[in-house]
Amino acid sequence: MVPAALLGIAVLAWILWEVIARGSAALTPAFFTQAPTPPGVEGGGLANAIVGTLVLTAIATGIGTPIGVLAGVFLAEFGTKSRIATAVRFTTNLLMGTPSIIIGIFVYALLVLPVGHFSGWAGAVALAIIIIPVVLRTTEDMLSLVPDELRESALALGAPRWRATLGVVFRAAKTGLVTGVLLAVARVSGETAPLLFTALNSYYWPETINEPTANLTVTIFNYAMSPYADWQEKAWGASLLITVGVLFVGVLSRFVLDRRKKTSWQT
Amino acid sequence: MPNAAVRGASEHRADRAFRVLTAACSLVVIALMAGILFELLANSREALGTFGWRFLTSDAWNPGRAEFGAASSVYGTLVSTAIAMLLAVPLSLAVAVYLVEVAHPRLAKFVGGAIELLAAVPSIIYGMWGLFVFATLMQRHIQPVLGERLGFLPLFQGPPMGIGMLTAGLILALMVLPFITAVTRDVLLMVPPVLKESAHGVGATMWEATRGVSLRYGRRGIVGAVFLGFGRALGETMAVTFVIGNSHRISASLFAAGNTIASSLANEFNEASEPIYLSSLFTLALVLFGLTLVFQIAAHFWVARMQRQETGDR
Repeated sequence: MVPAALLGIAVLAWILWEVIARGSAALTPAFFTQAPTPPGVEGGGLANAIVGTLVLTAIATGIGTPIGVLAGVFLAEFGTKSRIATAVRFTTNLLMGTPSIIIGIFVYALLVLPVGHFSGWAGAVALAIIIIPVVLRTTEDMLSLVPDELRESALALGAPRWRATLGVVFRAAKTGLVTGVLLAVARVSGETAPLLFTALNSYYWPETINEPTANLTVTIFNYAMSPYADWQEKAWGASLLITVGVLFVGVLSRFVLDRRKKTSWQT
Repeated sequence: MPNAAVRGASEHRADRAFRVLTAACSLVVIALMAGILFELLANSREALGTFGWRFLTSDAWNPGRAEFGAASSVYGTLVSTAIAMLLAVPLSLAVAVYLVEVAHPRLAKFVGGAIELLAAVPSIIYGMWGLFVFATLMQRHIQPVLGERLGFLPLFQGPPMGIGMLTAGLILALMVLPFITAVTRDVLLMVPPVLKESAHGVGATMWEATRGVSLRYGRRGIVGAVFLGFGRALGETMAVTFVIGNSHRISASLFAAGNTIASSLANEFNEASEPIYLSSLFTLALVLFGLTLVFQIAAHFWVARMQRQETGDR
């Protein structure tokens, strides 16, 4: 058993090592500041894709978070045991388990086919659909941890229900809610499959979101499959950047959660 | 300044509006699921009308002659997932038990944290590693040895190409490994120490206590974790697409190139120019969606039944 365990751990460490070793060579200043050069021409960078990924993730978070949080409020505060809530919980689990490529295809049928062209909007919507169930579930969990006494005190002071929820319950659960959003952001910022048929990719700076939009993950896919050594190296650089970004957000969310344990109402 | 009654009425209205707003947001989830099903069905109509049920059983995939069938993709999806689970489940249970029961607490905390982070690493990273690092290792060292020792089995025959069904299954295994391990570890950590201590008290060895007490106590959580890992492997796209070789051919050998539903979609969706080609890909997506739905619902009821049985026992 111990050798099996060590084998598993060793291989995982090996993956991280290769990403760091091969990726760091590609991370020159130009990588962060320049757009790609045509294939075969040395130099250039992936600044456009870095910006694109940040923009897509930000828009997706902006769309997905409010919907997910409010839906979580309904499950935790209003419909707790209603039939609708049971159905929503069950469906949320199903949506979380739906392969992300299916969500990409759904958004393609919804927003790309009718319009006739790929767009950053479609990509952001696909990512938002992945965010919603994640945020919904953590919101419900975090709100249901808040003791009822807090709600009752707010209501006894004459606060209407919506103020009690937004002003008191949310404040008590704030760090938990932030953690949920961070986890969702970490998850979508590394997604590739939902962007393949929606945002697609582009070798140019994103000027509007209403056209194919450059992003890091699809760039990794395109560059890795290309025959150019220079592009493959850039794919490794992008891989390292995405990994560091995702792990950073992951560590950040854990840090937020740890701090909650020390400063929250529970102590 | 409005009097109390008026203020009360407007606040009542605000409360109702807030409630309706949150309810509407929660219904978005149901609308999305229904929308996915509807769009997949609507866009599959042409292919289903042309091929009917034959679509599921035919392994033809010839865009030039407008012949399409899902068999090779479904086969590849199931085989690669099976390889992944056969390896990942025992390995992740071993890692989790090692971390909880054997390893020094400080080491366990460090490695456990690292594994949780690895569970968050995007699948495309596993794809990169699989294509540029692991496929070479497979081609030079693993496949030749397997072919030499086990070459009498059709499973391990053929030239070592590095990429192929076996490589895809192994990469999938690595991808779900941290995921199942992290959940199993959490489950094992929740086993009350007094239970384990009593097992040791009656003379059970570490292995007996783990198998008879810890794994038994946490079996519902572990089964849930395995199901989640299975669901992920089934629909995983990028980790597989990089290394499976993308061939619509069913081969007896695991060394041969193959495909999965997700990898076919990733590779061909943007190339499909004919309506029937695109519709066939939508139908493939519908099959994958159906597979994951059926599997998830079955898992849900299985875990619920285990829970009922456990509470019945007590």
